[in-house]
Amino acid sequence: MKSMEELVDFYFRPNRLPHLWCPGCGNGVVLGALLKAIDAENLAKDDVAIISGIGCSSRASGYVDFNTANTLHGRALPISTGLKMARPELNVITLSGDGDCSAIGGNHLIHAARRNIGLTLVVFNNSIYGMTGGQYSPLTPMGKKATTAPYLTIEPSFDILALAQAAGATFTARATTYHVPILVDVLRKGIRHEGFSIIEVVTGCPTNYGRQNQIGAPAKMMEWQKDHGVMKAAWDKMDEAAREGKFPIGVLSERKDLKEYTKAYDEVIVRAQASVKEETA
Amino acid sequence: MSRVLLLQGNQAVVEGAIAAGVRFYGGYPITPSTEIAEGMAKRLPQVGGKFMQTEDELAGIGTVVGASLGGVKAMTATSGPGFSLKQETIGMACSAEIPCVIVDVQRVGPATGQPTSPSQGDVMQTRWGTHGDHWLIVVSPSSVPECFDLTRRAVELSEKYRYPVILLMDEIVGHMRERIELPDSYEGLSVPRRKQPDTPPEKYLAYADTDGSMVPAMADFGSGYRWHMTGLVHDETGFPKGTPAATKNSQDRLHLKLRDHEDDIVQVENYRTDDADVVVIAYGGAARTAYDAVDMARDEGIRAGLLRPVTIWPFADRQIQAVAKKAKCLLVHELNCGQYVREVGRAVRGLVPVDLYAKYDNEPATPEQLLEKIRESAEKIKGAK
Amino acid sequence: MLKFYTNRCKGCGICAYFCPRGVLEITELNKSAIKAGKENDCISCGQCEMRCPDYAIFVKKEGA
Repeated sequence: MKSMEELVDFYFRPNRLPHLWCPGCGNGVVLGALLKAIDAENLAKDDVAIISGIGCSSRASGYVDFNTANTLHGRALPISTGLKMARPELNVITLSGDGDCSAIGGNHLIHAARRNIGLTLVVFNNSIYGMTGGQYSPLTPMGKKATTAPYLTIEPSFDILALAQAAGATFTARATTYHVPILVDVLRKGIRHEGFSIIEVVTGCPTNYGRQNQIGAPAKMMEWQKDHGVMKAAWDKMDEAAREGKFPIGVLSERKDLKEYTKAYDEVIVRAQASVKEETA
Repeated sequence: MSRVLLLQGNQAVVEGAIAAGVRFYGGYPITPSTEIAEGMAKRLPQVGGKFMQTEDELAGIGTVVGASLGGVKAMTATSGPGFSLKQETIGMACSAEIPCVIVDVQRVGPATGQPTSPSQGDVMQTRWGTHGDHWLIVVSPSSVPECFDLTRRAVELSEKYRYPVILLMDEIVGHMRERIELPDSYEGLSVPRRKQPDTPPEKYLAYADTDGSMVPAMADFGSGYRWHMTGLVHDETGFPKGTPAATKNSQDRLHLKLRDHEDDIVQVENYRTDDADVVVIAYGGAARTAYDAVDMARDEGIRAGLLRPVTIWPFADRQIQAVAKKAKCLLVHELNCGQYVREVGRAVRGLVPVDLYAKYDNEPATPEQLLEKIRESAEKIKGAK
Repeated sequence: MLKFYTNRCKGCGICAYFCPRGVLEITELNKSAIKAGKENDCISCGQCEMRCPDYAIFVKKEGA
């Protein structure tokens, strides 16, 4: 197994470090964990595509040595979907932020989940639009400050995994940038899952979320993740009162009863070609 | 061996795409283009291709870009409202140089407009619809057989120039049924794929002009050539670079790779223009009226002709100037309030008067209506002498 | 043994905060470094390496 230093040397494109993320931003931890997961799953660089949308987290695609695309705000999933249809053998990993994925790209999220197409979606949830300077997203909790909510947010936030589950996602998991081994583990499981998988990663944006909401130093944001993320097994045993303000981490749901979309489409091809034979017979 | 069929323009587009080797379609149903989606849903899996009805127009063009990155010839179709929604992604496909074909079967707009009525209101949108500054290729058929041929050509141009190409249709051409003769087998009709790198993977630069054509080779994702696509301004490596020099270089190449190949890209049809005094300029469905109107004018002794731009963009400056040097008047006929006429005026620079017959009332002009306008134009130049 | 990539370090302080032995500090130059007198206190637990968002600090096993 490669050391972390070797992983960075092996998977980062030359001269891409230091990256552009702010001091204490969790995105680097998520990307590092993703490299660990890809390496642990023994995926060849040529067999991996990393498609991102727009936002801080979406810059990750340019740093690493795979087939990569930094596309449009909200559109990472459709572009990933088209690529997966063209090349089902590729491991297509889609990187998106909370705004990218649940606001401007929200429609694509529910339909990718519904189709059960074999993409691994990693949502970097930092509760804010970081790149544009701290506006609230659909995943910003209620009662928080943002530059577009100077008097506190009044909109309830999505539970993006519950949303994805309701839309039909066959694998949902959550981790945080504090819980790195769990993060690597759920990324590996998500990559291995044949259908659509979504992994929400709770990550800190000290510059644009932490500062406005007076959370303090970057490490304090990680400390908060440690105190509020609860392993699924423990979560299941907690009562409503104990769950208040906390969130479950680990694999939250997994189903294997639904066929992966490109495999289902292979059957369409078989039926269509059989119909041609009938017509010409 | 061939077969003679009675097909809609939209159906001929489907056959042209299949023949050209299109093997992925992603799109959303919208009148009057829906028959293209329906046809592709049926035909693509028959030839081993894939069709997706996406959740919206944005996903339609998004999946097409994704499939193209994977090396598959890909297409989508829509109409005005959906064409508006696709614009941002078309712009990205221009910037990142991703071959794909977008069919716009125009209907009356703006907004929902008249979904089943013809219009040519999107002709400027095809040129300037996306944000930013770049050239585009747009071709426009006038008949059902030409729907087949130009769909193939659109795919060919998109692959050759590594660029999105728009097939601009209108409700007339999309929905009308005409005789078309198609070969029994499409073998040999598939158009060449995009240029592939001839360097080893470690030397490959996804945006380098290696042969002076200004069209970089494009490797398929998953082929062993790992590269980065971005909508940010980038240099020949494909990675973001925002310096003034890098920005100018990238903009220049996007312009020049089309401008310097105009001879290959731009096509017009000249009908009885050799000795014409009044030359009608019309494209797409509107041009159909013009053939008859020109013949009727000739029968009356008016020396009329038709120049039909087949390539709508880049604009046929030279071809139109050549006609303007010999004619006494140009008469632009289009199914909108007058869009392309402004380009014609710019191109002829006052050489001859440029008249306009704009029709924008949900119905195409009859040959008699256009004939009346030809008479008026002919009368005016007589009076001017 | 700790290996620093000083050019990558942005001085966020996460490594110093989570170091169980208080070995690390952020210097006046806004970089992570070993505190004076703490040179031998590192237990190679890997917390700093695991948490560093900038790949700026790695734990090298002795003799490796």
